[in-house]
Amino acid sequence: MSSAELPVLTAAQFASDQDVRWCPGCGDYSILAQMRRIMPRLGIPLEKIVFVSGIGCSSRFPYYMNTYGIHGIHGRAPAIATGLKAVRPDLQVWVITGDGDGLSIGGSHLMHCIRRNMDINIVLFNNRIYGLTKGQYSPTSPLGQVTKSTPMGAIDNPLHPISIAIGCEASFVARSIDVNIKHLAMVLQRAAEHQGASFVEVYQNCIVFNDRAFQYATDRDTKLDNVLELEHGKPLVFGKNREKGIRLNGLDPEVVTLGNGISEADLLVHDERAPEPSLAYLLSRLRHEDGFPEAIGVFRAVDAARYDHELNRQIQLAQAKRGIGDLEKLFHTGDTWTVT
Amino acid sequence: MTTSAGSAPRVGLPRLIRDIESATVRFAGDSGDGMQLTGSQFTNTSALAGNDVATFPDFPAEIRAPKGTRAGVSGFQVQFSAEEIYTPGDKLDVLVAMNPAALVTNVSDVVPGGLLLVNEDSFTDKDLKLAGCSTNPLEDGSLDGYRVVRIPMTMLTRKSVDDLGLSVKLADRCKNFFAMGLVYWLFGRDLTATLEFNQAKFGDKAEIARANERALRAGWNFGETTEIFELGYRVAPAQLAPGTYNNIMGNQALAWGLMAAARQSGKDLFLGSYPITPASDILHELSRHKNFAVRTFQAEDEIAAMCAVIGAAFGGAMAVTATSGPGIALKTEGMGLAVIFELPMLIISVQRGGPSTGLPTKTEQADLLQLMFGRNGECPMPVLACRCPADCFDVALEAWRIATRFMTPVVILSDGYVANGAEPWRIPRLADLPKISVHHPEPKDKDDETPFYPYSRDDFLARPWALPGTPGLMHRIGGLEKEDRTGNVSYDPENHERMVTLRAEKVERIADDVPLQQVHGPQQGEVLVLSWGGTFGACATAVDHCLRQGLHVAHAHLRYLNPLPANLGDLLPQYRKILIPELNRGQLRMLIRAKYLRETIGLNKIQGKPFAVQEIVDKIQAIHDCQEPK
Repeated sequence: MSSAELPVLTAAQFASDQDVRWCPGCGDYSILAQMRRIMPRLGIPLEKIVFVSGIGCSSRFPYYMNTYGIHGIHGRAPAIATGLKAVRPDLQVWVITGDGDGLSIGGSHLMHCIRRNMDINIVLFNNRIYGLTKGQYSPTSPLGQVTKSTPMGAIDNPLHPISIAIGCEASFVARSIDVNIKHLAMVLQRAAEHQGASFVEVYQNCIVFNDRAFQYATDRDTKLDNVLELEHGKPLVFGKNREKGIRLNGLDPEVVTLGNGISEADLLVHDERAPEPSLAYLLSRLRHEDGFPEAIGVFRAVDAARYDHELNRQIQLAQAKRGIGDLEKLFHTGDTWTVT
Repeated sequence: MTTSAGSAPRVGLPRLIRDIESATVRFAGDSGDGMQLTGSQFTNTSALAGNDVATFPDFPAEIRAPKGTRAGVSGFQVQFSAEEIYTPGDKLDVLVAMNPAALVTNVSDVVPGGLLLVNEDSFTDKDLKLAGCSTNPLEDGSLDGYRVVRIPMTMLTRKSVDDLGLSVKLADRCKNFFAMGLVYWLFGRDLTATLEFNQAKFGDKAEIARANERALRAGWNFGETTEIFELGYRVAPAQLAPGTYNNIMGNQALAWGLMAAARQSGKDLFLGSYPITPASDILHELSRHKNFAVRTFQAEDEIAAMCAVIGAAFGGAMAVTATSGPGIALKTEGMGLAVIFELPMLIISVQRGGPSTGLPTKTEQADLLQLMFGRNGECPMPVLACRCPADCFDVALEAWRIATRFMTPVVILSDGYVANGAEPWRIPRLADLPKISVHHPEPKDKDDETPFYPYSRDDFLARPWALPGTPGLMHRIGGLEKEDRTGNVSYDPENHERMVTLRAEKVERIADDVPLQQVHGPQQGEVLVLSWGGTFGACATAVDHCLRQGLHVAHAHLRYLNPLPANLGDLLPQYRKILIPELNRGQLRMLIRAKYLRETIGLNKIQGKPFAVQEIVDKIQAIHDCQEPK
């Protein structure tokens, strides 16, 4: 959208008059700041944007944006947003959710919103814990995690949000990290610009109940060895000195060190526009605990038919074919009779 | 009075014709026998002949229950009359039974001396065994007292189509048309409308259409040429109010009413729904009308349907969801959100037998309290109920008027009996439909510093419906308690009490904006029959009957269940006894007792079936002369 005729907005104008009430040091602050920062770049007026959320710490987000907003009920934000977008394709609709809200109680809605490819931007704050209810394990908590509700350690297999999104035929999937602010801003902006459902997972630190859950990916000393930054068309290189890469061995990825006969030409090359989601899925399975760097960036960005678009196209088609509906005529269809 | 359809053919009339005021016919057969089609065709033709009609389709929940068994019997009952009628009839004058299971499960509903038209070809030992009959009812004397006409329908149908080269299986599927033709002859019905229907529905399968027509005519000719029937019957046209009529079913009337309400309020209709019996036909009907800019969304579940409707309402659409009791159970949390959001939307519940999955295809009125109270917190919602198929149209318009004027979700209660029943509907002129005016606040100027208050209120206590996209009115709403006027999150104790009270008062004030309760019959007396929803027809007919007998009885039928009409408290003391017939264990009774401290008498039936008129007549008579309320 061109911003030529629009007044240039600032990040501050996207801040509502409400006090932000997350815990000091919460990763949510950073995500909020990056969201406010990218908003003016999109060239969309404040009143054309709606943030929809469910329940949880992250779901307070809409209150802090000076746009339209809905703070809904637990897990249902994608469904609320779907109804809104279906009748108001002119609006830019965001869903803010968390690992509990989006993957546990609201798993089904998230799945269907993504597979319908509604033109909605979904940002899932993953802190691997229930924060608002004060520290129970979540569907992304690792096996063995000791929490208030798992004193002997979690025994549920965790879900991997990116893998789920890809399994739901997502047309845009990305991941970033709360403290990696430039990268986060880039990912949010790309999600906003994508036409269709955009799914973004953000590693977000819960300073109170699950502090340092992503330390491996954020600490200055370790992050370059533990994070793989995806770039379209580029080989999968990482490491402090960019000395390591990901190579395919049969159908499985492996970490290799460059040199000794291994060059970048041997590595997997990222293709976010691949028609089949196999590569994106493979990347979503790279996990720190298995000795792999975890990928951030855009896993997948492809064009696909959008539900909201198709819904309105069918209306136009029907009107073009049958004419604008006439109730009088409808009421008289079938066998009518007249009494005088 | 005239009709636009042709009158009964002049040829082939029975030897003797008896004029009767009304008749009740039930077509019963296997659920694959096409009884619903047969019944609805006969109904349409009767309506076209000018009769008043009322129908009661009754079918199993299973799509194809085991063939030939009692569980698989599907029935379609229609009463047609020269007088205005409100029910499909208590007792059958004619039963068409396509197999032994259909005969034995329905014969007890036939009046003594009533006519049984039986397909004798389907009374083989195997058929009898499937139906669980140890003896053949056609031969064991159990049908003495009825006029039994045994007709080899299967054989005659096969013969009528034998040169068309159909398989036996396909030929046999035409036998419902044979039965139809016979009944058309019996009542002097014109075949034209059904022949046209047959062409429209099966025209692209020419041999099927031709076979159906052959079978239909064969049935008619069988009546005409055999001497089995000494009598034919005629039901004169009813004195319906002048106008053009269409035969309409309850769910269809609701769907059309919603479309009319959208038009009258200048809104596009959005239906978010999840398939559920007996509400799905609302989704089906609205899905067909995309050229009216109707958007239908089949959600992943009931919860999503409700939440999508909330999102659409926030976006400014006329948002509606339609479901049944089990769906309401799932939507409950979303309905609470709708209440605290104070956004207009409609929640339709087409009741069926419960609890749990219960009796999906049978009717009941046991969800009144669920819709009244089944939410956490103080969560009031207006509730309206449809009394008959045609009434669904008006209720849809009225519910949307209330929703938009008061900025509140509104519940429409229907039930399986109303939803699937059909009756003549006088087509309204669009110019006569009520106008529903909807207001959205205007954009605010950039330099205008006055804040926008999303929870400020007008005289009806309604808050502004500010739509996203409107410059200057950006606001956030949420499920957390909100501060009066600003809508900001508030945990203040006194504010919470004020907001709870405001939401309750807003709904209570609707009573001042709707018509006072009318009473049919004397304005005071011995017995008041107080009813709601789909029992209207049986109650009205029973009260009329008792009035003719000279009893001091009156009838008040409630459309508005929350809030109750403003004058109801004054009406009740005018009668010594209040009788509340309900297809539940006394849910309206509980509300009446709680609100007015008035003891009432219940007549309760929980069999998945509507009331018979006689059941209500008997109860009125029983209590009329009692000294003390039972």
